[in-house]
Amino acid sequence: MAQMNTDEAGGGGGKGKHQKKRAKKSSTNVDMTPMVDLAFLLLTFFMLATTFSKPKTLEITFPKDAENKEQKVKIPDELATTFLIGEETDEVYYYNGKFQPDTTKFQKLSLAKDGIRKFLLNKNRDIDNEIKELEKKFKAGQLADSTFTRLRSAAKGKITAPFVIVKTCKLSKYKTVIDVIDELNICNVGKYAVVDMSDAELYPFYQIVKPELVGGAAASPTASTN
Amino acid sequence: MPRSSPSLDMTPMVDLAFLLVTFFMLTTKFRAAEAVVVDTPSSTSNIILPENVMLITVDTAGRVFYEISGRDVRTTLLDRMGELYKIQFTEEDKQRFAVMTMFGQPMKNIKAYLAADERGRKEMDLTTKGIPTDSLDNQLGQWIMEGYRAAAADGANKGIDPKSDKALRFAIKADGKTNYNKVKKVIQTFKEREIFRFNLITNLETEGGES
Repeated sequence: MAQMNTDEAGGGGGKGKHQKKRAKKSSTNVDMTPMVDLAFLLLTFFMLATTFSKPKTLEITFPKDAENKEQKVKIPDELATTFLIGEETDEVYYYNGKFQPDTTKFQKLSLAKDGIRKFLLNKNRDIDNEIKELEKKFKAGQLADSTFTRLRSAAKGKITAPFVIVKTCKLSKYKTVIDVIDELNICNVGKYAVVDMSDAELYPFYQIVKPELVGGAAASPTASTN
Repeated sequence: MPRSSPSLDMTPMVDLAFLLVTFFMLTTKFRAAEAVVVDTPSSTSNIILPENVMLITVDTAGRVFYEISGRDVRTTLLDRMGELYKIQFTEEDKQRFAVMTMFGQPMKNIKAYLAADERGRKEMDLTTKGIPTDSLDNQLGQWIMEGYRAAAADGANKGIDPKSDKALRFAIKADGKTNYNKVKKVIQTFKEREIFRFNLITNLETEGGES
């Protein structure tokens, strides 16, 4: 522009100069209202659209399928508890020890707080207390992170720790399985496995939860369960 | 009482507003549209899902969907799967696959799915039977194996220790109402490939679970 001005001393340049002289110094204040409006609009949008929660996960290790009998883990009968999961999502059945076709009775257990949790804590009281003690120490800063983890898994893996077998059938819902595993975690039961129901268990189990699958309870000769 | 001016200085407020806008804009990560919506059961576990995962989703009907993180991983994965199933994928297919998240198509439909637009994909997601998991034609198993290999190769390139937390993890996300047998089939497929450790995705239970 400056060059143009010197080239054409008269016409355009002069006019420009004239205009510049006449122009009043305008205020430096810009109306910021629209910008602020927009800023708040964006703020609202992002605040509402953001979800901070990342998905949480339950870590679980499944046992390797045993290829032969020797590989199978032997569990002392007095430590074993079996949960049987049926169609209902708020109840499970259980029995203690080994399954005996004639004498084993399946007991119903509610998945509410006073049901399964009370039952599990009762079984696992010593270890649960021990772990609670460890947690207390850990929170007080007396234990290092790695020591705490090691001691906790040592406590959970004790030879006297109860072993819970969660058995599922074709009626089981995923939610029930997760709920049971969650309860086991809450009650600090470290030894558990999720497996299929055996054929011997299926029949009496169906008689209780779904009689029509096995031709009605009345038709069965071994209606001794429950 | 002197009459004060009704205009007040809004500069600090505006400053703060812009700060917040910037913060939210930078932290927001838009989630890709999911092929299927699942309502996961809740648990008290508060372990956060690792970044680098292979995610298998099972919906209420038992349809299986697959997803793996990492753009490079997906490109390699499609290459390998194409070789296995004798399907020629073009560069464009690979590009599309690299930016795709979750899918649940049998191998024979993959090419059509990649070529489809958003609406076409939605249509295909609705009608699909999921990735086959039958023992005769266990395509999920192939996806798992090849995904694992692709991720391992990618991890080696980037110098990630396979034993560290950054290595690939396996996650299963299923609807609470899904029949457990369907989930079991997926788990069985993993187990057959010597993978035993999973992250089951759950919601955080709101009522304090600790007794």
